[in-house]
Amino acid sequence: MAERIKAAEKFKRNRVPMPEQPPEKRVKNFDEVPLGYTLEDAIEEAQRCLQCKPAACIEGCPADVHIPQFIDKVIDEDLEGAFKEIKITNGLPAVCGRVCPQEEQCEEKCVMNKKGKPIAIGRLERYVADWAREHGVGDEKPQKSSQPKKIAIVGSGPAGLACATDLAKLGYDVTIYEALHKPGGVLIYGIPEFRLPKSIVDYEINKIKELGVKIITNYIIGLTESVDSLIEKYDAVFLGNGAGAPRFMGIPGENLNGVYSASEFLTRSNLMRAFDFPKYDTPINVGKRVAVIGGGNVAMDAVRTAKRLGAEDAIIVYRRSRTEIPARAEEIEHAEAEGIQFELLTNPVRVIGDENGNVKGLECLRMELGEPDESGRRRPIPIEGSNFVLDVDNVIIAIGQSANPIVARSATGVETNKWGYFVADEETGHTTHPKVWAGGDIVTGAATVILAVGAGKKAAESINKYLEEQG
Amino acid sequence: MYKILEKERWSESVFSYIIDAPYVAKAAQPGQFIVLITRPTGERIPLTIADSSAEEGWVQIVFQVVGKSTLELSLMEKNDELYSFAGPLGTASELENFGGKVVIIGGGIGIAPIHPIARKLKEMGNYVVSVIGARTKELLIMEDKIREASNELIVVTDDGSYGRKALVTEPLDEMLKTEGENIKKIWAIGPPIMMKFCTKTAVANGRGNDIIVSLNPIMVDGTGMCGACRVTVGGKTKFACVDGPEFIGGLVDFDEFMGRQRQYIEKEKNALESYKAKLQKEGRV
Repeated sequence: MAERIKAAEKFKRNRVPMPEQPPEKRVKNFDEVPLGYTLEDAIEEAQRCLQCKPAACIEGCPADVHIPQFIDKVIDEDLEGAFKEIKITNGLPAVCGRVCPQEEQCEEKCVMNKKGKPIAIGRLERYVADWAREHGVGDEKPQKSSQPKKIAIVGSGPAGLACATDLAKLGYDVTIYEALHKPGGVLIYGIPEFRLPKSIVDYEINKIKELGVKIITNYIIGLTESVDSLIEKYDAVFLGNGAGAPRFMGIPGENLNGVYSASEFLTRSNLMRAFDFPKYDTPINVGKRVAVIGGGNVAMDAVRTAKRLGAEDAIIVYRRSRTEIPARAEEIEHAEAEGIQFELLTNPVRVIGDENGNVKGLECLRMELGEPDESGRRRPIPIEGSNFVLDVDNVIIAIGQSANPIVARSATGVETNKWGYFVADEETGHTTHPKVWAGGDIVTGAATVILAVGAGKKAAESINKYLEEQG
Repeated sequence: MYKILEKERWSESVFSYIIDAPYVAKAAQPGQFIVLITRPTGERIPLTIADSSAEEGWVQIVFQVVGKSTLELSLMEKNDELYSFAGPLGTASELENFGGKVVIIGGGIGIAPIHPIARKLKEMGNYVVSVIGARTKELLIMEDKIREASNELIVVTDDGSYGRKALVTEPLDEMLKTEGENIKKIWAIGPPIMMKFCTKTAVANGRGNDIIVSLNPIMVDGTGMCGACRVTVGGKTKFACVDGPEFIGGLVDFDEFMGRQRQYIEKEKNALESYKAKLQKEGRV
């Protein structure tokens, strides 16, 4: 058992760095980039925690993870205890430890952050979750009530999985409907292997199934069966189907061969495993030079995937400056280390094709920053006459998603807003239909995994309350 | 899961499967499609629904062997199970009593998906004239079923080996010229080039807005998530999987559509050749 160190010592120590695959090696494979802490690393990092009461970090966590409590158990090498502490509120710790933007959440609130050295909460969560997986530590089976009420969940992404986990733990009979052939939603089709290995997602989903949750794949709510029909058959319905429709820019040449939405590009590579073509049958075309339009996490995932698929030059084209890039700092740093190029203050105006209809270039305009707009970021303004052409073989568009209408149009009495997202109470996820809740990207528009997890949990709590009141 | 209940070989390269898929069958309507995967490493293959029975819980698909995945599908046997079978996808055909003649054109394996459309239109009281065509007699499918679903049937082959020696566009053009406004609506489903020329014929007769075609672009998820299937219709980008697969022919940019279908032609060719070589080595062909 490791000792508790004095506060003064805690302030002196630095964050324990995360070991990583070196960039020159990792751009040639799809293995995970961060390699994970060792036990010694984890204890050394855990010792720095101030154990604040009340804990500001928990306030920053949409899943209310008992952060100081689990960290304290790491110091004692009570990793099983640490894991159980995390699992009280979070069903997906190995996922959240990897893909949450901790720097904007728990670690942002961490008192140590005032010195610029917040506790590496995400890395510790990941360490504990990985330890539990490697040692086969699972959850206790919940007691199902003798005649449990039935809940249908639409979509097996982070929102649906979180909602299902909490409801199953309360003894309900939960069924998840998934449109694709594999459960996991964005965790499977969107986030690449090098950031979130699919074996980990599969493991966590299997753990959720062990709680008694049924997952029906290849079942498209809105087409195979309507939401209206689910409302009739179940005591409550949770809609967590995700935003799920790619946005295009509306510029000329977008339908040329070699232009992908980030969703298509990543789905081909992640879900369909085109990176392993021809062992897997789904093909993907990646030329020597690839431009990715956008600056979010999805853009970083796409550009780093393109690099790994053999692009010599993989370029981010973003209309504002480095300061405004919305992707996580860690993703940008990883991308830069891997030799990703950044064309900042640059906005595409046209995709140029050759005589066979294949992409050969992307015409862009240079931008400058003006006054802040409604998002608080400085508005990019085109510099007239600054047109230039990037010679590229592929263009990948990663400028966000809009609402896929399939689910909503089969849901009578569930109101949507003008963008097609479900209208839901911020605190409970309750929609305008008494038996229907919604959460995740299909309520907020494209956001993060952890916000979807948080929304799924809130809805589960509200559904439980509602069903208890119904008696 | 998704057992092959019946397998029939209709020609050298055309097969009909009846698949056990009660949920899909329950919801399926004419004009919609499914996506299937043969085995876990396979790709998602979109195929139009040829027929289905909600009561008996089956869906019929008709496909032609064109690449590795369809070759592999054709080598599956009765009682084998598909890894994935999802649907029905896309919007259903908009069928009603149009108050006159409706011409239904099917070419090649496109004859299969016109069957439920013709049958339903006839049931609704339309006078259905079906035109079915193939390159040669051996490739002509479902003649009896289409005859039953129609009030009149015209059969054509490119080489004249059966029926009239003509392209499907010829009887269409003649009918539009002789009967004019009495023809209320046209459906044309088949190879892209056939749909393009049927549309051209309709447009030439001033009927570009009355012809419906069913597009089969490259797709991945088939549920509106990826945009692989985008087509330009009336100057706007549409997703064939959600907004279609049926569109007004006169509004479709066929050249772009056909160009997009060739995106993976090299990889598809190589995959087919190495798969054939593998089959040969294993003594399976």
